[in-house]
Amino acid sequence: MTGVSIADKTPGSHGESPLSGDGASTGRLGDRLFGGAAIGAGAVVVGLVTLIGVFLLSQAIPSLMKNEANFLTSTEWSVGGDHPRFGILRLLWVTVLSSLLALTIAVPIGIAVALFITNYAPKWLSKPAASTVDLLAAVPSIIFGLWGLRVFGPRTEGIQNFLREKAGWFPLFKETTVGSFTTIFLAGLVLAIMILPIITALSREVFAQTPTTHKEGALALGATKWEMIRTAVLPFGKPGVISAAMLGLGRALGETVAVMILISSLAQGTDFSFSFFDGGETFASKIALGAGEFDTPQKTGAYIAAGLVLFILTFIVNAIARIVIERRKAFTE
Amino acid sequence: MAKRIDVSDLDIFYGSFKAVEGVSMSIEPRAVTAFIGPSGCGKSTVLRTLNRMHEVIPGGRVEGKVLLDGQDLYAKDVDPVGVRRTVGMVFQRPNPFPTMTIRDNVAAGLKLNGVKNKARLDEVVEKSLKGANLWNEVKDRLDKPGAGLSGGQQQRLCIARAIAVEPQVLLMDEPCSALDPISTLAIEDLINELKERYTIVIVTHNMQQAARVSDQTAFFNLKATGQPGKLVELDSTSKIFNNPTEKATEDYISGRFG
Repeated sequence: MTGVSIADKTPGSHGESPLSGDGASTGRLGDRLFGGAAIGAGAVVVGLVTLIGVFLLSQAIPSLMKNEANFLTSTEWSVGGDHPRFGILRLLWVTVLSSLLALTIAVPIGIAVALFITNYAPKWLSKPAASTVDLLAAVPSIIFGLWGLRVFGPRTEGIQNFLREKAGWFPLFKETTVGSFTTIFLAGLVLAIMILPIITALSREVFAQTPTTHKEGALALGATKWEMIRTAVLPFGKPGVISAAMLGLGRALGETVAVMILISSLAQGTDFSFSFFDGGETFASKIALGAGEFDTPQKTGAYIAAGLVLFILTFIVNAIARIVIERRKAFTE
Repeated sequence: MAKRIDVSDLDIFYGSFKAVEGVSMSIEPRAVTAFIGPSGCGKSTVLRTLNRMHEVIPGGRVEGKVLLDGQDLYAKDVDPVGVRRTVGMVFQRPNPFPTMTIRDNVAAGLKLNGVKNKARLDEVVEKSLKGANLWNEVKDRLDKPGAGLSGGQQQRLCIARAIAVEPQVLLMDEPCSALDPISTLAIEDLINELKERYTIVIVTHNMQQAARVSDQTAFFNLKATGQPGKLVELDSTSKIFNNPTEKATEDYISGRFG
C-alpha cells in the first residue's frame, strides 16, 4: 500500500512543533521506554519494506537473466522451458489504464460527495450518508467482481458500443478482438466504485477540519457558499485529497480478484492495442491467474519480476504524491 | 463611502435561545464606535448581525431592523452575500488564507467580484496594502505566503483584504486580542486613519483601547448567565468614561465588576 497518511499533510495551525524529534525526552524510564518502542516500531516498518524489496529482487533476477525477450517492451508471456520469453508491456498498460480511468472518475465524485457531507447536507443526513459511503468500503472485492460481471457490466454495453462507434478512430477507443463488455473499460468503472469510499472518507476528514476562521474570512468578503468552498475549503483540503487519491490509486493498482473476473483474457499472440475495449491482465490478476504455474523457480521468478514492477510502480506513485505535497507545504503553515 | 447604521429593537437568537434583546442604537459614519462589556454579553453577536455573519452559525437568526443608510439589511429581497461585500469584517485571530500569497490574499475579494484585469488587481493590492500600513514591509515579497508574516502583519493583511473591496463599513471583532502591544499600537494607528473613510465598529475587551480609539462607546451587559445580553447605553466615549448615565456602566468602567 502507500505510505502517505492523512496526518502527515493536515496542516496544523502552528506548523512544526518545537518539541518534534526526541528533544522533549526527560530521560526518565517512561520516556526512554516509550521512545525506544516507537523507534523500534518505525524500524520494523522500514525493515519490512526493505526485506520485501530484497525478496522480490533475489527471486526475480535469475529468471530475468534467462529471459530472451525484452522484459520491459515485450508483450509475450511464456515463462517455461529453456527459452523463456516474457515482458510486462501489456500488463503495465492494462494496470495503468484501468487504474487511471478509475481515478479520473472516482476523484471528482469523491470530492463532490465529501463536500456534500461536510458542507451541504443537513445535520441529520450527514452522519448516515458518511456511514453509507464507509459501508461501501467494507464490501469484499469479489462481490464487486461478481456484481460487475452479472449486473453492472451488461448495463455498460450501451456506452461502450457508443464510444467504439463514435470515437473508434481514437486509439484509446478502438474496436478490438474483445466483442463483449468484459473490457479494461468495465474494470476501470468497477475500480472507480471500489476506491470511491476511501477517497470520500479521507477528503471528508480534511474538509471537515477546515478552520472556521478561514471559512468565515471568505464569507465575510462576500463569498457565496461555493466561492467559500473554493477559497477556503478546497485549498485547505488539497494535500489531503491528493493523498486520498494516491491511496485510492494504490488500491486500484493492486486490486486482483475483481479485475481477474471482469477482464477477458486474451489468446496468446493477440496484437497489442492501446484501447480501453481490449482485454488482458493487470499485474495482480496475471500473477493470481498464474499461481498454478509456480512449479519451477524460473516460472515463479518471472511472475515475481512482474510483482516487482508493481511494487516499484506504487513506490513511484507515492513519491509523486510526496513531491506534490511537499511543494505546497510553504503555503499550509 | 461611509454609511450610518441604525439598529432598532434587535433581538438575536441561537435556535430558541435569545442571546441579545432589544438593541436600538445609531452608529455614526466616519467615526469609530467601540462595543465594550463583560464576556458573554453579546457584543460580538451584535457586531456579527451588522453584516449578517450571525446567520452563518446554524440556528442563528434575528428579529428587528438593521438599517444601513435607511436600507434594511434584513429585508426579504436583500442578499446576505451583497451585505457582506458592503460591510467588511476583521476577526479576532488573523485569518489570512494560508494557501494564498500575500498578493492573492488582498485580491481575494476582488476576484470574488469577478475582477480579472491584472493591472487593476495590482493597483488595488498596492493601494490596500498602503492603506493598511503594510506595503513597505511586504512589497518585496508579495508572492510569499501570507501565513509567513508575523501576527500583527497578518492582521493588517486581513484589514488590507477587507478594505480592498471598498466596503462602506468595517467591523472589527477584538482585532488586537491576539497581538502584542507594538502590533496593537500599529493597528490602533491604522484605525485612526481608516475612520476618515469608513464607518468603523470595534469590539474590544480592553477598555483603554476603547478610550484611545473610539468616538462613541456602547456598553453591553447581561443580568446573569443564561439571560439575554442588553445594550446598557451608547454615548460619546468621553461621556461613557468620565460621566456615564447608568450606574452599571460606571461600575464596569471603574473595575467594580467584569
